[in-house]
Amino acid sequence: MKTTFLDFEQPIAELENKIEELRFVQDDSAVDISVEISHLEKKSQELTKTIYGKLTPWQISQVARHPQRPYTLDYIAGIFTDFEELHGDRAFADDTAIVGGVARFNGQSVMVIGHQKGRDTKERQYRNFGMPRPEGYRKALRLMKLAEKFNLPIITFIDTPGAYPGIGAEERGQSEAIGRNLYEMTKLRVPVICTVIGEGGSGGALAIAVGDVVQMLQYSTYSVISPEGCASILWKTAERAADAADALGITASRLKTLGLIDKVINEPVGGAHRNPVQMMATMKKAIADALRAQQEKSIDELLETRFDRLMDYGQFKEEAIA
Amino acid sequence: MSWLQKLLPPKIKSRNNGSKSGVPEGLWSKCNACSAVLYRTDLENNLDVCPKCGYHTPVPARRRLDILLDAEGRFEIGAEVRPVDILKFKDSKRYPDRLSAAQDDTGEDDALVVMQGAIMNVPCVVAAFEFKFIGGSMGSVVGERFVRGVKTALDNNLPFICVAASGGARMQEGLNSLMQMAKTSAILTKLSEQRLPFISVLTDPTMGGVSASFAFLGDVVIGEPGALIGFAGPRVIEQTVRETLPEGFQRSEFLLQKGAIDMIVDRREMRRKLADLLTLLTKQAAVS
Repeated sequence: MKTTFLDFEQPIAELENKIEELRFVQDDSAVDISVEISHLEKKSQELTKTIYGKLTPWQISQVARHPQRPYTLDYIAGIFTDFEELHGDRAFADDTAIVGGVARFNGQSVMVIGHQKGRDTKERQYRNFGMPRPEGYRKALRLMKLAEKFNLPIITFIDTPGAYPGIGAEERGQSEAIGRNLYEMTKLRVPVICTVIGEGGSGGALAIAVGDVVQMLQYSTYSVISPEGCASILWKTAERAADAADALGITASRLKTLGLIDKVINEPVGGAHRNPVQMMATMKKAIADALRAQQEKSIDELLETRFDRLMDYGQFKEEAIA
Repeated sequence: MSWLQKLLPPKIKSRNNGSKSGVPEGLWSKCNACSAVLYRTDLENNLDVCPKCGYHTPVPARRRLDILLDAEGRFEIGAEVRPVDILKFKDSKRYPDRLSAAQDDTGEDDALVVMQGAIMNVPCVVAAFEFKFIGGSMGSVVGERFVRGVKTALDNNLPFICVAASGGARMQEGLNSLMQMAKTSAILTKLSEQRLPFISVLTDPTMGGVSASFAFLGDVVIGEPGALIGFAGPRVIEQTVRETLPEGFQRSEFLLQKGAIDMIVDRREMRRKLADLLTLLTKQAAVS
């Protein structure tokens, strides 16, 4: 598949086009230009490294939303075996914006749950752009309870613009569904490993992201509100999204510095989509490491640490009262 | 401009601008719903509920606590917790400037006031949101005060009540504010373990991150009449679905019908109702 390049990647795109042209020429040419090609390829790699070495938060959120970025089902196919998808909330419907089921990870039975986006127009619509409705969160909770019952660790992948703001979603209790998950996830008696793989959009992301380890891919984002949403409220125009992205501190590295996440998982040069095979290997190791560390703990220790961490969120000062 | 207005000399024109009237500021007040002109004292005596149409005017946090709690034996919890500017956040205004403007405006340090006290002699801890403080938004201080309130309830074996009025999470604190959703929801698990009731009262408006965390985790969830309660704001929904929203959408009455809340309680009945519910749930004798 041809790589889609983002605006700020245009210099790379031009080089890649040139390489492509040369390859085409080489096929029916007597002159050997492979040296030239490999030179350009090296140059493209260097350029990608340089550009990705200094991405702005707004550019990172473009990468996080890249249409070719691996999604939850790609990670499930890439690093899990024997995945059995389980459907429905047993009350209203099956929400296709969240997928989940039992699977094996390095041979061990686990529950895996994640937001799911679509690649083409039809699929995007089918997945509702990865924006869950209450039944999605309730399905996720049902599966988490199932995992707890059979003592299976839970692995979640976060990748959503946010919970769906629709009439039906409100009628069926979007707020309650999200709040309920936050509450229940606090006391799940199995390890919960959460990884933000793309967009961590507000409450819709958090509703499957309360756990013992919260890690983020290098070019993923996690935010209380989308940069566009924030800009249109505080700057009165969505055009200032780049400023909002800066101000909100939404990138993995910033959030690690702020102590809000545990780990940043490195991506291949140019982002996860440029080398999915390498990405899968890195992800598999990150999850295995996280899981091993959590499974060494007793259940009581696990729950206590999880709770203490939740209580530690937030920064404030204390002043003596007159 | 009509021909008559054009004819009038400028001095006469301006006379119709009510601003220069001889009535002292604040003596009269106009109902937001029915536009009835009300004598301020009458409105206050009626707990800021319009005597003509029953519209519940939003009330500040401290007034809310005054309305609910017995006058004797109250003390504040978590007032020592104060906001900081974690991100050096700046939009059109710096966050510290926004904070001090809100502090001047409301007399509060942040958007939640928590007190231990009693409702009709039933001891409890009550938290109330100050909507005028940056839209009642939940940041680190709101989350921490909420938790300290619940902890006080746990230590003293008391029920916990929260009266919400909030636009959601406080953007200026970034992801820290989102995490307050998890923090406030998590502490409620301890209240449940100790079998202490949590009653959640939702007032106009309760939206976003506050709505989607502890607000609906109450053992009993109460709405004030006509309150706007929901996850996404009506404008966001309208822009997304490109439909006009049904009449009364996301109002308390709508939520009751959809099964999202237990009951709607008039502000003038709230004290009594809370006391009744608390005694019933904790198997105490009824209040007299």
